[in-house]
Amino acid sequence: MLIRKSDPNAIPSSEITPRSAYMNRRAFMAAGAAGAAALAAGGLTEFLHPAEVHATTKLASVPSPLSTTGLKLTSFDDITHYNNFYEFGPNKGDPAANAGSLRTRPWKVEVEGEVKKKKTFDIDSLMKLHPLESRVYRFRCVEAWSMVIPWIGYSLSEFIKQCDPLPSAKFVQFLSLDDPSQMPGIRSVNLDWPYSEGLRMDEAMHPLTLLTFGLYDQTLPNQDGAPVRVVVPWKYGFKSAKSIVKVKFVKKMPHTTWNDMASNEYGFYSNVNPHVDHPRWSQKTERVIGAPIWKQRQPTLMFNGYADQVAGLYKGMDLKKNY
Amino acid sequence: MSNRVVVTLKVLVHIACLAPVAWLLVHLFQNNLGPDPTQTVTFFTGHGTLRLLIITLAISPVRKLISKLGWIIRFRRMLGLYAFFYGCLHLMTYLWLYAGFSWAAIIDDISLRRFIVAGMIAWLLMLPLALTSTAWSIRKLGGRNWKRLHWLIYLAATAGVVHYWWGVKQGVRTPMVITIALAIVLAARPVLTWIRKLPAKQRRSVTESS
Repeated sequence: MLIRKSDPNAIPSSEITPRSAYMNRRAFMAAGAAGAAALAAGGLTEFLHPAEVHATTKLASVPSPLSTTGLKLTSFDDITHYNNFYEFGPNKGDPAANAGSLRTRPWKVEVEGEVKKKKTFDIDSLMKLHPLESRVYRFRCVEAWSMVIPWIGYSLSEFIKQCDPLPSAKFVQFLSLDDPSQMPGIRSVNLDWPYSEGLRMDEAMHPLTLLTFGLYDQTLPNQDGAPVRVVVPWKYGFKSAKSIVKVKFVKKMPHTTWNDMASNEYGFYSNVNPHVDHPRWSQKTERVIGAPIWKQRQPTLMFNGYADQVAGLYKGMDLKKNY
Repeated sequence: MSNRVVVTLKVLVHIACLAPVAWLLVHLFQNNLGPDPTQTVTFFTGHGTLRLLIITLAISPVRKLISKLGWIIRFRRMLGLYAFFYGCLHLMTYLWLYAGFSWAAIIDDISLRRFIVAGMIAWLLMLPLALTSTAWSIRKLGGRNWKRLHWLIYLAATAGVVHYWWGVKQGVRTPMVITIALAIVLAARPVLTWIRKLPAKQRRSVTESS
């Protein structure tokens, strides 16, 4: 029997936002949004008048030396209202509007495949597996926009060590929740659910790969992949699976959702690379979310600016072929 | 319809077409166009172009269907020109915010990306229509030639919708509504012609049953 000492990362009850407070905020925002909708031109209200932010709780963390420094953080408002999370709909505002129905407790993460023994982790114990760090990373979407996000989590490698993978495990597959009763987009969007993503074992073990539970100073808002996701900062955003319920260690490269949909557009590796264009647009530059329109465009960096740390993983590989 | 009413309505149409642009410019300079202002402007001007093209195309079938509304023909040129105006704003958005006025980037896009090509074709098809929108051009070209030339609007609208589908991610169905609207106005012409060709008796039964 393991006796836990009081955990420095536990959330004191005093810090949990009371339900009445956030319900008031919701009502206030809903009223504001409705008023604005009546005034503004149709179709744009979604961009201009954010819907609610789903309830989160405060989450303590320590700053990490792996943080990217010297960058202006994207606002919390933009991080929570400009999302690609097709389980809640295909438009950028859909996750903020629809993710309120996601239930993040109870939540379990199953571990299976090439492991010594199958395991199931409860979300609350998963959050206590290792001290939580705050890490600022660049975030680059394959659609050529970018953010700078202060995530909270710990290196995925810490979790993988607890999973006891066998030497035969060459890849890790992440499966997201597939529940149409909580996720309206699953019925309306024509993708092969559940959302599946994967990494090569050495990519998954890289210290930059973050098992993520929060952003800014709080738990992940539902629309950002609550309660647990991965963040792989040198890859396009869709590689960073959200709302994970299953982690599978496998021998062969796992199938991944967007690759299944259009393999010529979304490769398995999908490393951020300004020299390899998407078939429909250039990846040489990106639009900074939240910047004024005349300053929005900036050059995209190789491996999203993490080349010094990760280029070695791809030594000898033709990155034009392995896009 | 009296002239005064038409003039008043024309003023209203001008306002309806220009006010959104004024609104867009005000918000642009306040940096208040949402998280991704470039994309907001892109979709705003792109949707505007397609909507106005479809409204322009709807005018003649509506007149044929409802004979009382014959006077709306007097708005067609204006709406068509506004469609072209929005198309120019959309093209400018691309040239400035995507290509950064770089010839290399534009040539790269044209050679690699079919949705850019479709969009350019749509704009190029609208250009001669805008240039020949004057009464002088109609006289110069002769009514029949002018009419033939202006059939290009069907191609322009179709190229615009193709451009939209090719531009969005697979699985995204946002262009669907506008595609259905275009399909209806495109189908309206042959369907109405077919009804008119029927013998009077049959025609009555078709229109009555519909």
